[in-house]
Amino acid sequence: MSDAPRKAGSRTIRSLYRRPAALKDTPTHYCPGCGHGTVHKLLAEVLDTLGIRERTIGIAPVGCAVRAYYYLNCDISEAAHGRAPAVACAIKRCLPDRIVFSYQGDGDLAAIGMGETIHAANRGENITVVFVNNTVYGMTGGQMAPTTLTGQRTSTTPGGRDAVSTGGPLHICELLNTLDGPWHIERVALDGPAGVRRTRKALTTAFQAQIDGKGYSLIEVLSPCPVHMHLPPVDAMRFVKEQMVASFPVKIFRQEGKRLA
Amino acid sequence: MADRVLMTGNDALGEGAIRAGCDAYFGYPITPQNELTAYMAVNMLRLGRVFIQAESELAAINMVFGAAAAGKRAMTSSSSPGISLKQEGISFIAAAELPAVIVNVQRGGPGLGNIAPAQGDYFQATRGGGHGDYRTIVLAPDSAQEMHDLTFDAFALADRYRSPVIILSDGRLGQMMEPIVLHKGPPPPVPPKPWALTGAKGRPANMIRSLIMEDGALEKHNIHLQAKFKRILKEVVRYEERETADADVLLVAYGTSARIAKGAVIQARSQGIKAGLLRPLTLWPYPHARLRALAPRLKGIVVIEMSAGQMLEDVQLAVGGSVPIAFVGRMGGGVPEERAVLAAIRRFAKPARRRSRP
Ligand SMILES: Cc1ncc(C[n+]2csc(CCOP(=O)(O)OP(=O)(O)O)c2C)c(N)n1
Ligand code: SF4
Repeated sequence: MSDAPRKAGSRTIRSLYRRPAALKDTPTHYCPGCGHGTVHKLLAEVLDTLGIRERTIGIAPVGCAVRAYYYLNCDISEAAHGRAPAVACAIKRCLPDRIVFSYQGDGDLAAIGMGETIHAANRGENITVVFVNNTVYGMTGGQMAPTTLTGQRTSTTPGGRDAVSTGGPLHICELLNTLDGPWHIERVALDGPAGVRRTRKALTTAFQAQIDGKGYSLIEVLSPCPVHMHLPPVDAMRFVKEQMVASFPVKIFRQEGKRLA
Repeated sequence: MADRVLMTGNDALGEGAIRAGCDAYFGYPITPQNELTAYMAVNMLRLGRVFIQAESELAAINMVFGAAAAGKRAMTSSSSPGISLKQEGISFIAAAELPAVIVNVQRGGPGLGNIAPAQGDYFQATRGGGHGDYRTIVLAPDSAQEMHDLTFDAFALADRYRSPVIILSDGRLGQMMEPIVLHKGPPPPVPPKPWALTGAKGRPANMIRSLIMEDGALEKHNIHLQAKFKRILKEVVRYEERETADADVLLVAYGTSARIAKGAVIQARSQGIKAGLLRPLTLWPYPHARLRALAPRLKGIVVIEMSAGQMLEDVQLAVGGSVPIAFVGRMGGGVPEERAVLAAIRRFAKPARRRSRP
């Protein structure tokens, strides 16, 4: 599509919004109202804005976003379930002038991959982690995730998550903020247009930090999974805004290496 | 460094990797291979290459995956329990066709076992080890010199076939000091890697994946992998033979067991028994064909292993029922004794009668 203004009759039509170059023209496989599509689009916009698409290498997770390479027009690798940070660290150490990010769900990052998550953060690896928290294992059918809210029904907590036998929701930003390694840690929510804008800004901050060689950043995105939240898309977004944000406060935890919270 | 030096097998392997152009090494502590990780810590960092002490073997093998995906020569090392943990990663590396070198300095098992030398991981190494239909090339050194030399070959083979290559050693070879001659030539040439993830500058984006869900596509990918494995079977088999031309009894052993077997061949020959040795240097692909060719003139085969009899199955597969096979094995860190090997040899061939003294 050309960016040049086009004449239509007497008026000039200017294209105000275009698909980012970093986003492929692929029909989505995500469910209606899924947050992954939004995060992909924002990521693509940030890669474009910062002009880093051609030197970026992404790691797709085992999870609903495993086929991120269908959408993102940059070099991408899969990784075994939970191991994306290990793969990302190695690529970054081998190619320090490339921009490397991992994209991970809550099951991937906070359950099976917790070891890799903590140690990459603690080493202060100069990578960016995009953490999509939708409170469930989406791909495998909506099982309890480490981030499932207390009382939330999932296919493996049919009576609602019970803190006594399954623990409470795991707060990754808060946990990683106890480490000295990270440079930027922030939680945002896809709970409406303002939340989307804030997410774009957070991603920009994180990638800019990597470009500047500052070190590890993690952006946690509270994200709707209407299918496994058992809600229509609009209500799922409301669930993010009301239920999730109540348990997972939206804020910057670490900024320029300093603890804010 | 002098050309001829005294080194442990683990150090010799590390120096081999460095001279073979290893760009990135990822390790996690486990005995009896710790010297190798320590050697890499000193020397990789000295050379400005990548060294990470990973948080686990899971992380280490996936770091290898990442470094290999970035087009770099990558290696990890561990010992038996740690190698078990790496299996998922090795399956992913094989599926994504990434070149990588994995060193197993075997110890006694199963479970935590002990830290003594063993050869109980033969099945795991030669049958794929992880999930799915794949094989890995497996190289078996029997000296510090070969720990050094085969590492060169491992990197070259990994690149040539875009495949994980396992160096299957054991605690005795790893810890033993021997004089070795260091490689002086250049590293094996690195082939072009247009598939590597380096950033999509001026080319379509690359992807590395093993999730292949399109209708029929995974079977096609498997057929492609199997064709590669067939090529490896044809092109990569390596073995050493000693005194096989006129042998009545053939010993078959690899690694530390082969060192015992070499002694037993000399002993048997001194007693007038025509014994020989076939020592596979590649455990996969295995020298089945060579064994089959030697079989018709043999009275018996003696297989020697530090296991309950794992390579034994490959020998049986090669010769069918055509030659009787005796097995001498020790487990849990035991090393077969030359006496036991000689006793097995004598089951098939008697020593020449001593001349009565004048
Ligand atoms: C070793 C291993 N265990 C389990 C699985 C099955 N599995 C696939 S995706 C997934 C969880 C995905 O959940 P999450 O990380 O929250 O991402 P989402 O799908 O919600 O985006 C699991 C357990 C696997 N692929 N590999
Ligand atoms: S299951 Fe949930 S996370 Fe997965 S695509 Fe559907 S809405 Fe998105």
